[in-house]
Amino acid sequence: MIFNGKAIKYGDNVDTDVIIPARYLNTIDKKELASHCMEDIDKDFTKKVQDGDIMVAGYNFGCGSSREHAPIAIKESGISLVIARSFARIFYRNSINIGLAILECDEAVDGIADGDKVEADLDNGIIYNRTTGKSFKTQPFPAFIQKIIENGGLVSSIQKGDIQ
Amino acid sequence: MSMTMTQKILAAHAGLEKVEAGQLILVDLDRVLGNDITSPVAIREFENIGATAVYDKDKVTMVMDHFAPNKDIKAAAQCKMCRDFCDKHEVTHFYDVGRMGIEHALLPEKGLVVPGDVVIGADSHTCTYGAIGAFSTGVGSTDMACGMATGKAWFKVPSAIKFVLKGKLNKYVSGKDVILHIIGKIGVDGALYKSMEFVGEGVKALTVYDRLTISNMAIEAGAKNGIFEVDEQTIEYVKAHSDREFKVYKADEDAVYDETYEIDLSQIQSTVAFPHLPENTKTFDEIGDVAIDQVVIGSCTNGHYKDLAEAAEILKGRKIAKRVRAIIIPATQDIYMKAVENGLVKIFIEAGCVVSTPTCGPCLGGYMGILAAGERAVATTNRNFVGRMGHVESEVYLASPAVAAASAIAGKIANPLEVLK
Repeated sequence: MIFNGKAIKYGDNVDTDVIIPARYLNTIDKKELASHCMEDIDKDFTKKVQDGDIMVAGYNFGCGSSREHAPIAIKESGISLVIARSFARIFYRNSINIGLAILECDEAVDGIADGDKVEADLDNGIIYNRTTGKSFKTQPFPAFIQKIIENGGLVSSIQKGDIQ
Repeated sequence: MSMTMTQKILAAHAGLEKVEAGQLILVDLDRVLGNDITSPVAIREFENIGATAVYDKDKVTMVMDHFAPNKDIKAAAQCKMCRDFCDKHEVTHFYDVGRMGIEHALLPEKGLVVPGDVVIGADSHTCTYGAIGAFSTGVGSTDMACGMATGKAWFKVPSAIKFVLKGKLNKYVSGKDVILHIIGKIGVDGALYKSMEFVGEGVKALTVYDRLTISNMAIEAGAKNGIFEVDEQTIEYVKAHSDREFKVYKADEDAVYDETYEIDLSQIQSTVAFPHLPENTKTFDEIGDVAIDQVVIGSCTNGHYKDLAEAAEILKGRKIAKRVRAIIIPATQDIYMKAVENGLVKIFIEAGCVVSTPTCGPCLGGYMGILAAGERAVATTNRNFVGRMGHVESEVYLASPAVAAASAIAGKIANPLEVLK
């Protein structure tokens, strides 16, 4: 899997309350959730995000509430991949389960600025900053996790018979 | 064998003699929990999988607590979806308005968790039951869906941090101060992916309710779970609430820990977490005059009877400050009833507080006490993130019930020792 997009960058400890505020959790409609994504820390997010864009953040991304609505909102808004220094554990698990690609890579977070053109090769664990020409190596996910992400999540993988 | 408490419970539920940190295992679940905001997503995925029945109608549990009593039409539709699902699948433990409470106070009270259990819940504060020696952890809705269908979940076996407790807490200092102190020390990702294991002589000096508060906020340090060694108090509590047999797991003498902290409970002071992270902790020597608009005493963290009683002791015969709204939320119907019978509700109302039916409500900015721009609240809840209780320019200060009650009287963040002088 190869992803291409512009980087949208945030800091450390981006919590699931700012990714999707609880006041919008009275729905499970993916489009409606996406329409409020990042609203409490970045009012312009939904206006600037384009399909394929890559979110870049610091430590402990997705901390706080277990709401799966958070990775759902990010994915549905068009983000193809989240690169962070580290992820909170429930968010990490939820992202894989719903098929949102994520990567941990300190060097990439250091070497990517907001708005840079980024390409990520998930199979080989390589992230390219096409704006600066730099590249960063990270640990690729094992094949079965990549398959889950490619299938669009755990449930789709079960439906397709890739996981029994 | 060199396993931690957590590793022993996981090994037993995976049918393995030994597990090691980092190992991926499939475990049997004693309970799968969801609430009115996470269950609807799980129900959608449960149906997408093509599952036709829940794995065990006595083990799947749903509690309508976050936006219930229904805050609006959409919340009503979500609760209805849960209700219909539980009807269809004959789920025994479905808790609706009138019988529900805040899930993590309700489950131990109803005896639905005992030591040695493995529980997953589509709510991050599911880690609460570590207080009574269970392995419990928060997951997302897809994991809940797969858990409801199969009774199993996969885990990466966590390594652990050991907290050796000694000494006794001082007056007006409680479990909330202990966990805020620890989070202040190790940070909001200080225990990321790990277990927090609480042992030592000091455990005995903490009530089960203090322990529930401490385990509840293990997630606020990023932990997978926060578990206490089982003692006589735990066993007495569990036997009073459940007839189920249970097994007590103790860490091996030679269990390996990533880190060990010694915590002297007698040295812990009333602690407040300033916006916008639970790790931004201060004690009263560092807190100046911070005027407040609202106080919330409740939530899965501090809505127990003990918490209300501590607040009532301070509020008795006093009035809250004129500019402050104080909202008291007993966590369950039983706690509410006991608070009525023992005169706590009278004390609260006479002091100028409002007393609500059990709900998560304001803790996550749902309803029942939303803040306007520029407003500040002292809350016994668990998170003070940007916009958590309302407007993005509002502020939440996390504190114990005693500090919250004292602050309501003073109209600013206040030390109970000062207010009662």
